[in-house]
Amino acid sequence: MEKVTLRLKEPVTVPLEAEVISPDTFQGKTRAEIEGLPVYCGNEEGRLGDFFAVQGAEAREIVLEGDLSRVKQIGAGMTRGRISIYGDAGMHLGATMRGGEIIVHGNASDWAGAEMAGGMIYIQGNAGHGLGGAYRGSARGMNRGLIIVWGDAGNEVGNAMRRGVIVVQGNTGDFTGAFMIAGTIIVLGRLGDRAGAGMKRGTIVAFHRLQLLPTFRYDCTYRPTFLRLLLIGLRARGVDIGDTYLEGHYLRYSGDLTTLGKGEILIWEGA
Amino acid sequence: MQINGVEIEDTFAEAFKMWGTRLIITARNAKWAMEAATKMTGFATSVIGCKCEAGIEGEIEETPDGQPGVSVLFFTPSKKDLAKRLVERVGQCVMTCPTTACFNGLGSPEQVAVGGQLRYFGDGFQISKLWDGRRFWRIPVMEGEFLVEERFGIQRSVGGGNFLILGEGADVTLEAAERAVEVMEQVPGIILPFPGGVVRSGSKTSSKYKFLHASTNDAFCPTLRGLVETDLPPEVNCVLEIVIDGLDVAAVEEATRVGIRAASILGIQRISAGNYGGTLGQYQIHLHRVLEG
Repeated sequence: MEKVTLRLKEPVTVPLEAEVISPDTFQGKTRAEIEGLPVYCGNEEGRLGDFFAVQGAEAREIVLEGDLSRVKQIGAGMTRGRISIYGDAGMHLGATMRGGEIIVHGNASDWAGAEMAGGMIYIQGNAGHGLGGAYRGSARGMNRGLIIVWGDAGNEVGNAMRRGVIVVQGNTGDFTGAFMIAGTIIVLGRLGDRAGAGMKRGTIVAFHRLQLLPTFRYDCTYRPTFLRLLLIGLRARGVDIGDTYLEGHYLRYSGDLTTLGKGEILIWEGA
Repeated sequence: MQINGVEIEDTFAEAFKMWGTRLIITARNAKWAMEAATKMTGFATSVIGCKCEAGIEGEIEETPDGQPGVSVLFFTPSKKDLAKRLVERVGQCVMTCPTTACFNGLGSPEQVAVGGQLRYFGDGFQISKLWDGRRFWRIPVMEGEFLVEERFGIQRSVGGGNFLILGEGADVTLEAAERAVEVMEQVPGIILPFPGGVVRSGSKTSSKYKFLHASTNDAFCPTLRGLVETDLPPEVNCVLEIVIDGLDVAAVEEATRVGIRAASILGIQRISAGNYGGTLGQYQIHLHRVLEG
């Protein structure tokens, strides 16, 4: 697969709205056409070529280099192809994406994968708040797809998510899986407060003890087979899953009983 | 043609179009996976009396959930039957068996719902999980949860491949059949649906009784040699048949090839095959062609 490489010419101090950085938009375009794509730097319209040195054309893979922590909406809404980012990524990375793959060799800011409906986001550093979540006022967050974060993530991971899988190798902030409708969140580190608050269905898997809300009720201690399936699949994707997690028992709690109560929090008890 | 002095008759096995699938049954240990597989493939020797044909393809090490697993092949004459029988047998024989899970083992665009039907047993407490583009159902049961894939791939398959071992006595014929089964079971994509892979009661497709469509293959019954027009050479006192179902013709032919070679031992007079003159089956597996190939 041919690549288009975008190298940030100099650090941007004002947020750059760059939803045009997407394999869907780049498809079939020459280098000049890619350079001419519109972006907003603050409230001023500019061209992509004003901020990035562009190499290559007509490719389904985009490589981004530089400190992109203020470049927003990279890959937002994309449906195919791949974006590789060597550096940090700004807010709304891959938001509402429906397919393809984004790999961040650095950190990602808030709302990464928000309301995504397919595809994969791999973040090798940390992620911000609202990972895979629903925007304010939206009924549903992530709805299909896979997000893996090798570092930590902020608050409201998977808020109101409907489908899909979010994996955080490190810790998450407060309200992880709050208002979940379905889907799976796996946190290998520690979770913050109020995990699963208001969840109707869905699964939160924790590997450390956590303070549960009183509206979760203990069911049993068992070995959920489906979790083995997921963990083996994640291991194949480079997530560090020990054998003890595969073989261990999990405490199952149902909740949130203030709502439907068909959600579950599984807490690893040990091998 | 002769192999080790055994005559290979210039004839063909007449095989039929079937629909087939592969299931992966896993469990906490190999014992329970095999228990479920054995029960699921029980009473599944012939579509004539059992509505399906099924068998254990083999134990497998690499399974979707990393637990010990057994691969099962399952065949019926129609797609509709396949869906129905799978739901019955996975529901009654796998879901009931402690610690098991059941996965689709056949990548095919044609699929039938299995977990998608069985999920209703969960009475509203079933949980769906989508992973890698595949949907699974977690059905709560008294032991914990039964995990079953929603849909299973199916494909056009082959049923009724066969060959007949004509021996001088019962002991040597059985030994030849056992040798054949041992090597045939190593061929992927096939099963031998009858007990131990061997049939002693081969049938013809007619009967003197109006209510019966199949009856004993009298031309191959040694005890009837003096009463009917026999197909048995004078030295033959026992005939055993090996029936083969496979996911494709190539697998059935390969099983036929290795099976006949293994069965050709001292004391076997002839290897033949069952057919209806080519009028019924969609596939003809010619013994000479298979062995020369």
